[in-house]
Amino acid sequence: MSDHDYRPKSKVGQWFNDRLPLLTLANHLTDYPTPKNLNYWWTFGGILTFCLITQIVTGLTLAMHYIAHADMAFESVEHIMRDVNYGWLIRYIHANGASMFFLAVYIHIFRSLFYGSYKSPREIIWILGIIIYLLMMAAAFMGYVLPWGQMSFWGATVITNLFSAIPLVGEGIVTWLWGGYSVDNPTLTRFFTLHYLIPFLILGLVVLHIWALHVPGNNNPVGIDIKKPSKDTVPFHPYIVIKDGFALLMFMIVFAFFVFYAPNILGHADNYIEANPMVTPAHIVPEWYLLPFYAILRSVPDKLLGVVAMLSAILILAVLPWLDTSKIRSAVFRPLYKQFYWILVADVLILGYVGAMPAEGLYLLIARVATAYYFLHFLIILPVLGFKEKTIPVPLSITEPVLGGSPNLAAARNKESKLE
Amino acid sequence: MKNLSKLFSIIILIIVSYSYSFAAEKAEYLKTDWSFKGLFGKFDRASLQRGYQVYTEVCASCHSMKYLSYRNLAEPGGPEFSEAQAKAIAASFEVTDGPNSDGEMFTRPGKLSDKFVMPYDNVKAAQAANGGAYPPDMSVLVKARGGGVDYIYSLLQGYEEAPSNVSLDDGVYYNKFMYGNKIRMAAPLSDGLVEYGDGTNATVEQMSKDVTTFLMWSAEPHLEARHQMGFKAIVYLIILTILVYFSMKKIWSRVESEV
Repeated sequence: MSDHDYRPKSKVGQWFNDRLPLLTLANHLTDYPTPKNLNYWWTFGGILTFCLITQIVTGLTLAMHYIAHADMAFESVEHIMRDVNYGWLIRYIHANGASMFFLAVYIHIFRSLFYGSYKSPREIIWILGIIIYLLMMAAAFMGYVLPWGQMSFWGATVITNLFSAIPLVGEGIVTWLWGGYSVDNPTLTRFFTLHYLIPFLILGLVVLHIWALHVPGNNNPVGIDIKKPSKDTVPFHPYIVIKDGFALLMFMIVFAFFVFYAPNILGHADNYIEANPMVTPAHIVPEWYLLPFYAILRSVPDKLLGVVAMLSAILILAVLPWLDTSKIRSAVFRPLYKQFYWILVADVLILGYVGAMPAEGLYLLIARVATAYYFLHFLIILPVLGFKEKTIPVPLSITEPVLGGSPNLAAARNKESKLE
Repeated sequence: MKNLSKLFSIIILIIVSYSYSFAAEKAEYLKTDWSFKGLFGKFDRASLQRGYQVYTEVCASCHSMKYLSYRNLAEPGGPEFSEAQAKAIAASFEVTDGPNSDGEMFTRPGKLSDKFVMPYDNVKAAQAANGGAYPPDMSVLVKARGGGVDYIYSLLQGYEEAPSNVSLDDGVYYNKFMYGNKIRMAAPLSDGLVEYGDGTNATVEQMSKDVTTFLMWSAEPHLEARHQMGFKAIVYLIILTILVYFSMKKIWSRVESEV
């Protein structure tokens, strides 16, 4: 794995390492040459690892007290909140942890979009990331069902019903998913099983994601290939470790604020009402992190096409490395792309907003325009931009412009400081 | 650094605006000072005890509170009745227990470990007694309503004569804070309905505040512990963040690059 030969100092270490090169791996991870110009947007990889581990640890603890049964699930959650020692803390960390996880993953994804981290030779890292993101959505959706509140039940009903849009076999698939003719106990128990399984799949994919990252090494804000190790890099430890640690602590302060002072603000009040198949809530809305896709789903009048649009909105990301025809990675050197990038950010935020609103009147119109623009961005603007755009010359190395005082870097700095 | 603080303020702004867009769709609720809000928010014990009295003398005849036990009444962070008081409260209720060695169910006075006795045996019985409407369980009611405590507090005081253009069926009442303005519960409170032991004047406003405080506690029995721990956790994190920041500056000073 490592570019340089590593040999443990002690005899025992050598004996062990010859048989299982764990020490070589540890050495690779600490010495891993990292571009020294990584900014704070790059700290979210570490933050996401923290989020995943937090969810797994709190989730395991909750599973010790939770009862996956339609008649007892809601009560067992109240038992956790009231009678389990610090159960309220564990549950609030887990529930808000999901939101924090998505917050971090969206920043991580949009960082990649801005700096072109998905481009060659990092396509596999990117695709693994999209798979992780899909699994996260599945895990979060099923996790939201487990407390068996009104939004759990009706959210599960709405989302599983989407499969009925599939021609011919749709209805059969829905019955198969439910394990019956409506969302009920069999649905709950299988969702619990899958909710328990998926995080470990994600963990495995995260290992692959990091492995694939360590082959070409990190992209960086300038977006150029750098020699490793060189004057442009620093060893991962201690430089990146301490910087990631600092950013993680900042993130944890925000996290703690939600857990301790606004633990229910990101959830829906209806989920504190026990599931009742006879009463449909006035508005069925998913959690905030799924709202942009919910808006896309509802903006298409046809059910099947709506589902196709929603899935395409995610899957289109997987082919992004080939849709973006520009050879320049970083938006710092792509004046036009940078503007379209921020329009896309606004577009997704607007989609999220209208996703929370009733699908009627002006909201529906806005949702349709925003949905159309979303696809326009990836299918038309990005491919064309690569050919048409006049980019700013890119420096040869990270240090070169600093030492040489090249005008290119001055331009780059200028652009970057405008970003800040 | 500038970048990062800007990032976090954007994050908070987005989340807050999202949640406000949900919250800001209803009528303006009546406002009052809740002692349990804020960084150090705590319950007002006397208000909780009065609130329990209102619940048990007024609400409990229709509304269950099935996730609470009598022992909770004596636990720290709650109304904090003395153990003897809580025992006496529990003993004032008849609890069905059993089956005994003869296979018979029997009743006995309540104990601290018993759950709050339910007014009806089941949902159907509750509906039958209330013209088809089910009085919701109150254990987590505050968290199950969009406006939370402000909504409950307002609703209790929101009964009015129906405007002339609104026709009401039998057993339906007009409430300006209710969703759709029609509610199946008659105005539950009237001035002087309960007699407070501590001499507080039992106005509708006072009783609304007390019982809503009690409902907040019943929904979040560990709220005080949460606020206390939260403050410590955040202060700890801030101090650690500052220390790590300076360590980072020190470490990065070895390379000619900005952090």
